[in-house]
Amino acid sequence: MPPTLSKRSLPPEEASLPCASWITDGSQVVLELSGNWKHDGPSIEVKGEPPDRAPVRYQTDKLGSFDSTLPAFILAHLRSIDKGPVENAEPAKPSLDGLPPNLLGLMELALAVPEESDAHSDEDKIGTIGKLGKITLNVGSSLQSVAEFSGQSVLALGRFFRGKARFRARDFWMIVQECGAEALPIVSLISFLIGMILAFVGNAQLKSFGASLFVANLVAIAMAREMGVVMTSIIMSGRTGAAFAAHLGSMKANEEIDALRTFGFDPFDFLVLPRIIALVVMMPLLTLYSDIIGILGGMLVGAGVGIPPALYWHQTLDSLTLTTVSLGIIKSVFFGAIIAVSGCLQGMHAGKSSAAVGEATTRAVVASITAVVILDSAFAVIFTILDI
Amino acid sequence: MPDAPDKTQHKAKITVSDLTMAFGSNVIMKDLNFEVAEKDIFVIMGPSGCGKSTLLRHLIGLQEPSKGKILYDDEDFTAASEKERGSFIRRFGVMYQSGALWSSLTLAENIALPLEEHSKLAPNAIRDLVSYKLSLVGLSGYEDYYPSEISGGMNKRAGIARAMALDPDILFLDEPGAGLDPLSSRRLDDLVLRLRDSLGSTVVIVTHELASIFAIANNSIFLDTATRTQGATGNPTELRDHSENPVVRRFLHRGDDDQADTNPSS
Repeated sequence: MPPTLSKRSLPPEEASLPCASWITDGSQVVLELSGNWKHDGPSIEVKGEPPDRAPVRYQTDKLGSFDSTLPAFILAHLRSIDKGPVENAEPAKPSLDGLPPNLLGLMELALAVPEESDAHSDEDKIGTIGKLGKITLNVGSSLQSVAEFSGQSVLALGRFFRGKARFRARDFWMIVQECGAEALPIVSLISFLIGMILAFVGNAQLKSFGASLFVANLVAIAMAREMGVVMTSIIMSGRTGAAFAAHLGSMKANEEIDALRTFGFDPFDFLVLPRIIALVVMMPLLTLYSDIIGILGGMLVGAGVGIPPALYWHQTLDSLTLTTVSLGIIKSVFFGAIIAVSGCLQGMHAGKSSAAVGEATTRAVVASITAVVILDSAFAVIFTILDI
Repeated sequence: MPDAPDKTQHKAKITVSDLTMAFGSNVIMKDLNFEVAEKDIFVIMGPSGCGKSTLLRHLIGLQEPSKGKILYDDEDFTAASEKERGSFIRRFGVMYQSGALWSSLTLAENIALPLEEHSKLAPNAIRDLVSYKLSLVGLSGYEDYYPSEISGGMNKRAGIARAMALDPDILFLDEPGAGLDPLSSRRLDDLVLRLRDSLGSTVVIVTHELASIFAIANNSIFLDTATRTQGATGNPTELRDHSENPVVRRFLHRGDDDQADTNPSS
């Protein structure tokens, strides 16, 4: 047997297991602690029924090493009995006799300030009906903030046209670039593919009637009336609406919006207005661009199934009227306004943390896509009634 | 009207009477009454989370008091219309806790923006003014840096430079020394003192750094969390030695009970 270097003999295996035993001694309770208490060690073994009062003494002669798990265990027990029947009475300081000095210091520190019972959130106390009420009130107040914000936007536009709203021209052109030219690649890709898909699907059906040529009409009208503007809106919601919300949200978290206010700038005019104007101006242009690219996508498929491009082009021009194209363009103005307003609204109303900025971004995208689709349905109904 | 001129040579600049601050029904502080005289360096102090920054936000009009009045030179700020407020706010310079420089603009543009908006200066005159303001806070040559490219301490100093852009009558500083090393904090104190002496601005500072408080403040208010009102007002050194409120003495002695108790009110 080789000689052991350590003077201490290794404790037997069961002694190193963390164990807390409640020993009832008449009316008094003693807590015996033993073993090594480690957060990565074996789980705690509790022997005996935890009593509803604090132990008068601790027995720690078999206690090995410990980390925060031991004081946490003791504190949890003391806290659980502190919430006892006596309300408002100053709870007597529990006895800490018998704890080793370093543990005693930690426990004294932990018990120095009594638990603030008001500080706990009262979330759990609210029943189902209460929660439902809260949700309803939230919906009400968020609808109100949407209405207020839209009203403010209209007022700000009024100030702009009277030349009273102030923002930096450079900021405006930067935003125009971000939500115009820089969106072209993604709009091109999506529109081209949508045009191709429409042509494929249309051709599969029309071929059986020998009417493949009418694929051109189908693609042109679908792009101009619906797909061009809806796809562009969805792209811009995810791209630009989210960017607006994140930018304004982080400006708010960083007190930059407060700083604008104290220098006498109206944050609404300075930040929201240029974004709304930029997007409302750029959306029709992007929509028109998307229509053309979609038609080109259809033309490529048409060429593949034997329609000469010149014929396809001619057929497209024949099928499109000014009304059809302008319906899409008119819708795009409204959708642009919706996307910009909901992005800016969520950004300006974001909370003051980085998580709140993320939430604001999510809400902006979800709200604007939903609003775009709902409004598009409303337009479809209106146009049907008007027979356009 | 509390206009008894007990501080003879000064005209009162800021008068707060009966101010109650609340978020909804949650009252933060009530019954605040104090006066900040011209050229004062006035400290708002108190334990963390007691509403110091909230009081500052009330003073600069970012939050509405639920009760009470704030007067600047005996003109009512709380009752002023949106339009009239503009003329009050133009006299303020505010440095926010984090600096709150506009992150998409360079330091020079940050300082130039208020000047472009509120003055009729030519672009090169603005440029000269900007580099002068930056040199006052020791940031010469950093004109073209973005706020994210410089340190936190530099951001704070740039924030002060921006707050001074329009030569304000009243400078509000929200925790200027927090998070700075002792030397930078000391330099900031010197900066504030010098600015007050040479520009004659009134300075309102939110802080709980005792060294700073004793070094620069000549007037102060202590906000007490327990009673939710002001614990004391007056010169911080005198409050430390002679305040009748033990909470204030303890705070100004860094919680040292013995010293606080051996200096009872004379």
